[in-house]
Amino acid sequence: MAHVMAEARASYAFVERNFNLVKRYFNWEVVFLFYNIINTLTIGLIGVGQDERTVLYLVIGALLWGYLSVIFFEVSQSISWERWEGTIEYTFMAPVRRLTHLLGMCLFAIAYGVIRTAIVLVAVVLFFDLSLKGANLFGALLMLLVSSVSFIGLGLVTAVLPLMSPERGSQGAHIVQGIILLVSGVYYDISVLPAWLRPLAYISPATYTLEGARLALLDGVGTLALWPYVLKVLVIGVVSIPLGLAIFSWGERHAMRTGKLKRSG
Amino acid sequence: MGFIRGLMGGVKKQVVALQDISFEVSAGEIFGVLGPNGSGKSTLIRIIATLLIPDAGEVYVFGHNVQTERLLVRRLINRVSVDAAFFKKLSALENLSYAARLYGVQGSTARARMRETLRRLGLAEEKLTVPLEDLSRGMQQKVAVARALLTEPALLLLDEPTTGLDPKSKREVQEFVLEVREKRGTTVVLTSHDMQEVDRLCDRVAILDRGRIVALDTPRGLKEKFGRPEGTLEDVFFALTGKDWEEDR
Repeated sequence: MAHVMAEARASYAFVERNFNLVKRYFNWEVVFLFYNIINTLTIGLIGVGQDERTVLYLVIGALLWGYLSVIFFEVSQSISWERWEGTIEYTFMAPVRRLTHLLGMCLFAIAYGVIRTAIVLVAVVLFFDLSLKGANLFGALLMLLVSSVSFIGLGLVTAVLPLMSPERGSQGAHIVQGIILLVSGVYYDISVLPAWLRPLAYISPATYTLEGARLALLDGVGTLALWPYVLKVLVIGVVSIPLGLAIFSWGERHAMRTGKLKRSG
Repeated sequence: MGFIRGLMGGVKKQVVALQDISFEVSAGEIFGVLGPNGSGKSTLIRIIATLLIPDAGEVYVFGHNVQTERLLVRRLINRVSVDAAFFKKLSALENLSYAARLYGVQGSTARARMRETLRRLGLAEEKLTVPLEDLSRGMQQKVAVARALLTEPALLLLDEPTTGLDPKSKREVQEFVLEVREKRGTTVVLTSHDMQEVDRLCDRVAILDRGRIVALDTPRGLKEKFGRPEGTLEDVFFALTGKDWEEDR
């Protein structure tokens, strides 16, 4: 029990550190949040000439994508960030299991993502005067939380890239994020994708998250009926998290063998 | 111990950083590693700090293998590097609080140690909440020393801790290192290319040249064997390598 508490405290170190950084970059946080709200409203306005369902369809896409991309970005860029700051050697030298380190980063990403998404949601509801009567809010929230697991897995897989090469690794993570945005039906149904792109949609957890959340919010489908979507997203998470950790562990050893952790000197 | 150091036009250039290095450090000793830039000092520190895996050879810290018992070794050590790596937007207290949590130091103990160490190093109270990017290089390095000592390491790795500091700050850090050894019995491995610093602080000194230890003894012993008893370690370096100290710096 004492061991678990010690690991939890160490994990919290990363959460606290990142929230301290958010405070120090507060002006930028406000700017990013403002842009995020405007972006979501702009996308929602595309559907205003049609009907409320279309507006809600688009807004759900923008909100969920905003949340999932925060999770993905925070996890996948956590190593890049430390490399730019020059603190990666200090963090890697600490007596903390890598699982604890990465878990701390993921906890921060979820907390930060939930706060940001909640603020954007309030702005969107006020702006469009949307009615969520009959919507299964609990089902949508469940989809959101379950999808965090699979996005953490994908984030871990790509977090290894900056260990190999700081600049190219970061670029690679952005490309992966862009592909997920393209194929997952964020603003359109995946049936409009060219046939050769559709297989990627089937392996993207965002596809099932969006489908499940839209069923819950637009059609009021019950939580039990969402289980096929929950299951698919969970399976991707169960596969991608151990895979991500294994790849990260391999990457760390490779970096330590080839001297890539070093910033300078 | 060689490793691939970088990419040069797509072809990996292999550089042997350290070769046939072997030495023991006694508990409570201040052991100096003296060498010019590129001699392998930082590589040696990184290997002991579990940050680099050597191609061959083994390193033990208080009986624990740095490769196979990494987590145990990490609990025993801490390191101050030349570049004082911090989250520069965070204050000294925020950076130290992060370190305390990572190393499992309880809140009240951590706060007491932080303030005491920083006070001892001459860092004013009002500077503790200022972002580190707004502090001078000397102050940042003092925070780095405080961060390392916050965890009360049995082995303190100091990788050129006073490089770039003004004479006053340099002296304060040096005196603090001696005090820590005196009070806590901390073992210290100190790398430097500052001959006077090594001469003043170290019980024994290894002189490193192009990845090899060319001599190892007390500062006095080195001078007697390779220079003049009243001479400097610079004379010793010249006698051993045939090069001026400044030549490789």
